[in-house]
Amino acid sequence: MGDTLDFTASCPIPIQEYPRIQLAHGGGGKLMHHLVEKIFLQAFGGAPPDTRHDSAVLNFPAGRVAFTTDSYVVRPLFFPGGDIGSMSVFGTVNDLAMSGARPRHLSAGFILEEGLPMETLWRIVCSMRAAAERCGVQIVTGDTKVVDKGKGDGLFINTAGLGVIEHSQVIGPASVRAGDAILVSGDLGRHGMTIMSVREGLGFEATMQSDSAPVAAPVLELLAAGVELHCLRDLTRGGLASALNEIAQAARLQIVVEEKLIPVRDDVHAACEMLGLDPLLVACEGRFVAFVPSKDAARALAILNRHAEGTAAVCIGQVGGERPAVVVLQTEMGVKRILDMPGGEQLPRIC
Amino acid sequence: MKYLDEYRDAEAARRYAREIARVTTRPWSIMEVCGGQTHSILKFGLDQLLPEGVTLIHGPGCPVCVTPLELIDQALEIAARPNVIFCSFGDMLRVPGSTADLLSVKASGGDVRMVYSPLDAVNIAAENPGREVVFFGVGFETTAPATAMAVCQAARKGLKNFTILVSHVLVPPAMEAILSSAHCRVQGFLAAGHVCAVMGCLEYAPIAARYHVPIVVTGFEPLDILQGVWMCIAQLEQGRAEVENQYARAVRQAGNLPAQELMRQVFTVAPRKWRGIGEIPRSGLALNEVYSAFDAAKRFGLSDRAVPEPAECLSGLVLQGRIKPPECPAFGQRCTPEHPLGAPMVSSEGACAAYHRYRGLAAMAGA
Repeated sequence: MGDTLDFTASCPIPIQEYPRIQLAHGGGGKLMHHLVEKIFLQAFGGAPPDTRHDSAVLNFPAGRVAFTTDSYVVRPLFFPGGDIGSMSVFGTVNDLAMSGARPRHLSAGFILEEGLPMETLWRIVCSMRAAAERCGVQIVTGDTKVVDKGKGDGLFINTAGLGVIEHSQVIGPASVRAGDAILVSGDLGRHGMTIMSVREGLGFEATMQSDSAPVAAPVLELLAAGVELHCLRDLTRGGLASALNEIAQAARLQIVVEEKLIPVRDDVHAACEMLGLDPLLVACEGRFVAFVPSKDAARALAILNRHAEGTAAVCIGQVGGERPAVVVLQTEMGVKRILDMPGGEQLPRIC
Repeated sequence: MKYLDEYRDAEAARRYAREIARVTTRPWSIMEVCGGQTHSILKFGLDQLLPEGVTLIHGPGCPVCVTPLELIDQALEIAARPNVIFCSFGDMLRVPGSTADLLSVKASGGDVRMVYSPLDAVNIAAENPGREVVFFGVGFETTAPATAMAVCQAARKGLKNFTILVSHVLVPPAMEAILSSAHCRVQGFLAAGHVCAVMGCLEYAPIAARYHVPIVVTGFEPLDILQGVWMCIAQLEQGRAEVENQYARAVRQAGNLPAQELMRQVFTVAPRKWRGIGEIPRSGLALNEVYSAFDAAKRFGLSDRAVPEPAECLSGLVLQGRIKPPECPAFGQRCTPEHPLGAPMVSSEGACAAYHRYRGLAAMAGA
């Protein structure tokens, strides 16, 4: 997001004044007001001073509303392809999109660690603003707390999101039917491997960037085109394997996917091989899986591919018959095996 | 991906499977020694490509799995100490000791860090002179040279706050222990390719001769394993018992001589207890006299007290290839990756983990 850099030159709290966050920035006094005025309101805009309140008041059309929340604790705060700020906007926007909602409003709660450079906070806030503009959402309310040095990891962000549902479909595992085509919106595992590479100094990040991106636009276009969306799920922690297992169990249907159709880039594949990780279990931040009736699959792929950055959206398999409600992977060797949900965090192997 | 896809070619795999079926005239039981090979077999479903009667027996080649309970308990005890930074490969973190695992020690406030190389632990020791840094040296001959290198570097840097809890084990004595057992069903071995990349093939010739078993040094990709099986069966069918090298792209006859020299410099061969199997003479590595100052067990005054294995866990039989994981009554029931009774259920090279992950319910149903 190159446009975030335009803001960095002009952090509105001069370095000589408060180069770093102090406990008083969360104390409710002048320093906190200063921080809100100079950093948050400056970046996100806000209601005129005489209408500012403890809560934002929003006008909504009658009908269904999607509501979600997520917390962001990624380390490092800045990584190839994104940062905690843009991720905190895209992630929540994507959760709304998985209901087929049009994302409208976000809240942003910041937990800042004492000593965080003001410049860092400003860069992150600017990145959130650019991300919100890209997604067409407004950040309308927020909160700031400061914790003692050593009690946080720089900063944590929580965002909650509201979106309006303008369609009448029921998108969720209950709508999944035998014969549905399973589409993924792009290549898998890049976010997780980029973060691991940067964090552990593995050096893969030279060629790899996080896939962090908003996915609301393609979903809304699918809906506008009249594609029946039976189920959507964004592929964050636990990757494709977790998402498919959750859906198979909730829908009580078997899912069959074909290994050779699942898009994984060579560099991600190589990094995973080296560490003994399975790319199908690695997190993405801008990818989702869509269950659609097979009659709509080609049309849906064409729409997804208009939005695809890099690798293409593809159909990786279909929903099989009744139980057992497991995910079956047709391997490249031509035999079948279970694709299980990861037990805990994937840990690199010894040798 | 280059250098991998070539070894995962489905058509070539089917050709090998047909060729194996063609040369096989009677049932054979072959043990793949290394847990990495076991995972490949289950991940790619290679056992399903073999003719009926050819059985793959999963061997003890998972260093995490064979680390004795006593040593894990020692690791937990050291890691819980306030002034210690305990460094380990990720694999060991979830392995259950008698009461806890390293991840729960970390959650209770212990400074447990996952490292990718023993040299990372040396750097941590250099950066934290006021703290005791301990590396959990686990692994076969594959990782022992890296541990030896860490000890040499720490010595060169004059680090007084760096020690190693050594749990290195050697493969050939374990193969001999299996072959000498009254229950042995193994007729041929796929030896562990990466171990041989370090140690070479020469030490296997006496075993092949003494027990009259073919030993094929084998890699880890699907075509490596199928070719290894094919070479092994060809020997069995012809009544030969030789050491052959399938994994020639990584393994030389004499192995990696500088790595072996490094191991000789730092370690001495010692008896070692294997989890679930018991003590095997001359099957482990210990720091020699010159480097004994780097021995964490000595530094922390830990004694080698015996800890009973949980009776319900049959991992000892699994590790000796006497049963397959789904034959254990606890498999998938009382023992899962989330609540393991034994290490093979959580190690990334453990046979129980492989069956649970790739066969799931089908494994429990006996498929």
